[in-house]
Amino acid sequence: MATTRAPLPPTVRRGGPPRVWWFYTLLTFLAIFAAAPLVALGFNSVKSDQEIASNPLGPPQEVHWDNFLHAWQDGNIGRGLVNTAFLAIGTVVGVWIVAGPAAYGLARLNLPRNGAVVFYLFMMTALPVQMFLVPLFYMWTKVGLYNTIPGLIIIHIALSAPFATLLLRSYLITLPVEFEEAARLDGASEFSIMRRVILPLAWPGFLTIGLVAALAAYNDLFFATLFIQSDELMPVSTTYLGFQTGFTRQWSLTSAAGVIITIPILLLFMAMQRKFVEGLTSGGLKG
Amino acid sequence: MSRVTQASPRTPPARGDAATRVRPQAGRSQSSATRRNWLFLAPLAAVNLLVVAGPAVATVYYSLTEWNGLSAPTFIGFANYVELVQDTRFLNAVGHNLYYAAFMLIVPITMALFGAFMLSSVRRFRLLFRTLYFVPYIVLSVVNASIWKYLLSPETGIAAGLNQVGIHWLDDVYFLGDTDLALTSVAFVDNWHWWGFLVVLFLAAMQDVDKTLYESVRLDGASRFQEFWHVTFPSIRPTFVFVVVLTIIWSFLAFDYAYVLTRGGPADASMLVSILLNANAFSYQRAGYASAMGVAMTSFTVVVLSVYTWLRKRGWEI
Repeated sequence: MATTRAPLPPTVRRGGPPRVWWFYTLLTFLAIFAAAPLVALGFNSVKSDQEIASNPLGPPQEVHWDNFLHAWQDGNIGRGLVNTAFLAIGTVVGVWIVAGPAAYGLARLNLPRNGAVVFYLFMMTALPVQMFLVPLFYMWTKVGLYNTIPGLIIIHIALSAPFATLLLRSYLITLPVEFEEAARLDGASEFSIMRRVILPLAWPGFLTIGLVAALAAYNDLFFATLFIQSDELMPVSTTYLGFQTGFTRQWSLTSAAGVIITIPILLLFMAMQRKFVEGLTSGGLKG
Repeated sequence: MSRVTQASPRTPPARGDAATRVRPQAGRSQSSATRRNWLFLAPLAAVNLLVVAGPAVATVYYSLTEWNGLSAPTFIGFANYVELVQDTRFLNAVGHNLYYAAFMLIVPITMALFGAFMLSSVRRFRLLFRTLYFVPYIVLSVVNASIWKYLLSPETGIAAGLNQVGIHWLDDVYFLGDTDLALTSVAFVDNWHWWGFLVVLFLAAMQDVDKTLYESVRLDGASRFQEFWHVTFPSIRPTFVFVVVLTIIWSFLAFDYAYVLTRGGPADASMLVSILLNANAFSYQRAGYASAMGVAMTSFTVVVLSVYTWLRKRGWEI
């Protein structure tokens, strides 16, 4: 093809519709693979145990909304959700307090060894928790933070802070400095510049790091199993684990409890999908 | 190198890293200002030192001791490490982690690459598909595990569903209770919740690919597969390599799904290093030995990241 290429409009595709149909078929197949187990969970959550035995995968013949009530009452799910809410809120606020000033310092204050600090934070995001887990556990038992929600919150703040700082720093770097310049000329201190000038501009960045930290705290199983022992302090992940072990054969209750736990996060996801994807994919690229 | 002063007027550029800005020195007030500015990092440093850095240093020390976690540790040199390389249970778990890594490198990455490629080539319903693929990733691991326990058990789920239509293939297949199947089943469930996340990553990278590249290979008569192989894949290679590196690292630290689905069983058939470490540290009172395992796991991460960095420095465009 030595001749110059004719400029085709980008919508023209060789082959056309038949291949696209193939793609849609395969994409639908993948969508069923991803979603069918969750749909089965939804179906089973409103069936009776007898119906689950006779109709293990299909839609319910008879809808038992009271499963949700039983699951709520028997499973301590409400308590677990409240504990998780405390855990998530505490973690988010803590991460904001810790990562906000640090990100501002790294983005704007031109500290000596700035680059070394950034490198250290990158390393922290890749460090396996097993590197500090054992001494941390025995230290927490010694100082009375073991089996307390604040103790777990401190751990989650420490885990989320390095990455949150890096993410927020890269966000702050993109903000214009004119407002700060003006405030500085007016004689404002760095702290009040951060509080009065940066914070109002940087809230989308704070929202993203808050979302990432809250999800990490909500999703965590590893630290929750190790650091919380009492039923009444457990977050919803370990509450559900205990519930599932206690009601092994009662799939209707187990499924109903699973649906109760999943709905809040699903609603949050639907409400702010863009922010979610942005936060989580940058979270995946943290290394 | 420090150039910041509180009172000095700032000069443009309006955007960009603070490190690019140079400003005049202002004598003595500057060092105290720098010291004050370091305070912005103090909360981060404190919490990191308390939870991560301090205990990490302690782990190195405890790995050289016989310690039950409560009483005073006894220094025993490298005895824990010597034991580690001879411990068949540990080596068995390492083998499982390598298998897990191979599975996670092949299955979810392949599914996600082709899923994302197909999504990037279609126009309608792209957001719907992406959302459906992504949802399992945000559902709690304990809930996902519970669903799959139900689906994979021979008395319920898929096996029971097949029974309804007279197919009895799965009546005696214990996916999670069979020593030959448990590890693969755990990896399969982990993949189910994970691959959709990779679709989102790959799709984002594919949408940044220069569209004119596609037009030129299309005019050369390339098939869709050739388009993928000659344009899409080379263009997203940095993301691809990054996902590979992350997969290797995370596969060595995997915990949730194995813990919830099988607890490493039956008979250690799905035992992973992270579960074994926790058992040693908190059930067998062998905190010193568990610390040595922690150092070993971290060393693995360090090696992988060093190789990655070294290859990049040698000019690999990854």
